[in-house]
Amino acid sequence: MVRIDTCGMSCPQPVLMTKKALDKNTGGVEIIVDNQVAKGNVERFLKNSGYKVSVEEQEEVFLIIAER
Amino acid sequence: MKEKKEIIIAGGVIGILSVLLVYFGNPANMGFCIACFIRDIAGGLGLHRAPVVQYIRPEIMGLVLGAFFISLKNKEFESRGGSSPFIRFVLGIVVMVGALIFLGCPLRMVLRLAGGDLNSIAGLVGFGFGIFIGVYFLNNGFNLKRNYKIVKTEGYVFPVINIGLIVLVAAAPSFIFFSESGPGAAKAPILISLAAGLIVGVLAQKTRLCMVGGTRDMILFKDTYLLVGFIAIIIFAFIANIGFGFFKLGLENQPVAHTDGLWNFLGMAIVGWGSVLLGGCPLRQLILSGEGNTDSVVTVMGMLVGAGIIHNFGLASSAEGVTQNGKIAAIICFVFLGIISYVNSESFAKGKITEKGMI
Repeated sequence: MVRIDTCGMSCPQPVLMTKKALDKNTGGVEIIVDNQVAKGNVERFLKNSGYKVSVEEQEEVFLIIAER
Repeated sequence: MKEKKEIIIAGGVIGILSVLLVYFGNPANMGFCIACFIRDIAGGLGLHRAPVVQYIRPEIMGLVLGAFFISLKNKEFESRGGSSPFIRFVLGIVVMVGALIFLGCPLRMVLRLAGGDLNSIAGLVGFGFGIFIGVYFLNNGFNLKRNYKIVKTEGYVFPVINIGLIVLVAAAPSFIFFSESGPGAAKAPILISLAAGLIVGVLAQKTRLCMVGGTRDMILFKDTYLLVGFIAIIIFAFIANIGFGFFKLGLENQPVAHTDGLWNFLGMAIVGWGSVLLGGCPLRQLILSGEGNTDSVVTVMGMLVGAGIIHNFGLASSAEGVTQNGKIAAIICFVFLGIISYVNSESFAKGKITEKGMI
């Protein structure tokens, strides 16, 4: 699965990057975020777009997995 | 749905508190105004000498410290920085120019609307137009590159300075300035202002409320979350204004406002566009400053310095209208925004289209 890294990007870049990646990989993507705001925004966007979302908390970052 | 309920409550509390601050002494339709209050602080510190707008507004310190304390409690405080700081500094100045041509930040724009000031409608349309341009560049890959973790103490300096400002305004030494007339002299008691700021700081940090984010996310992602908060402020401030008898519908003789529709539109277009490039409205920049985001601190410093320049150079509007110098400054701001937007958009950077962030 394609993985994108949004660490350090400010609002609304993490969601924009997710959207862009999903346009090319409609099956699903993995997104790394490094803060709660981005995590919340990306999760909300994915759910609104009809994806199944799971989140793994890793050392200092979150790995969000979006699947159809 | 729970999330939306929270932001509606936050918007409602902010709307009502804004009107209460007017009741306790703040200028009309100015319970909160981030741009006006930072401008007043610049005056209070002597960075400009416009006698009617000098007061170290405790609401601002409350906002920063409210966000600071709640982010510490939530373990969301983190010192970060390094995302194009000087561009952000200048964007802070630019946003300030736009706001002081209109006479209000996006928050005051909606408070003016909720108070019946119809001039704010031209501002609102301009704000939407500015956001639309900003979103166009976002869709073409505009970004100011990533930030980084930095030494922990860096993020603590700004909140601590805000504690110092509270001490300063309470002690009132002779070297700081206090307006004796005009909007700067209209103020709620210090403790009420500070408490209102703290409450709004906590709520805005928890809900991520952002005046520019509502329209931006609606256009970009059809996400209504932040827009709901924006609308809640208008509705609740409107109801509270009716309740207190502050509502006054019309264009003429509105408090701290002028009737030049074109420049109300253009001023807020600058604010909307600049705020999209910054990633958040002036309120959001203050909240992020309290959370350890030093790029936002730099932006707020840009706004503070901008306020000094604006009043020293006669760029700010007044009830009499827009100044010639202000119009020239606005044109320079549009040119600057255009250049910054273009050169930092990946689609326009020839041969440099890369999959940013792809591993």
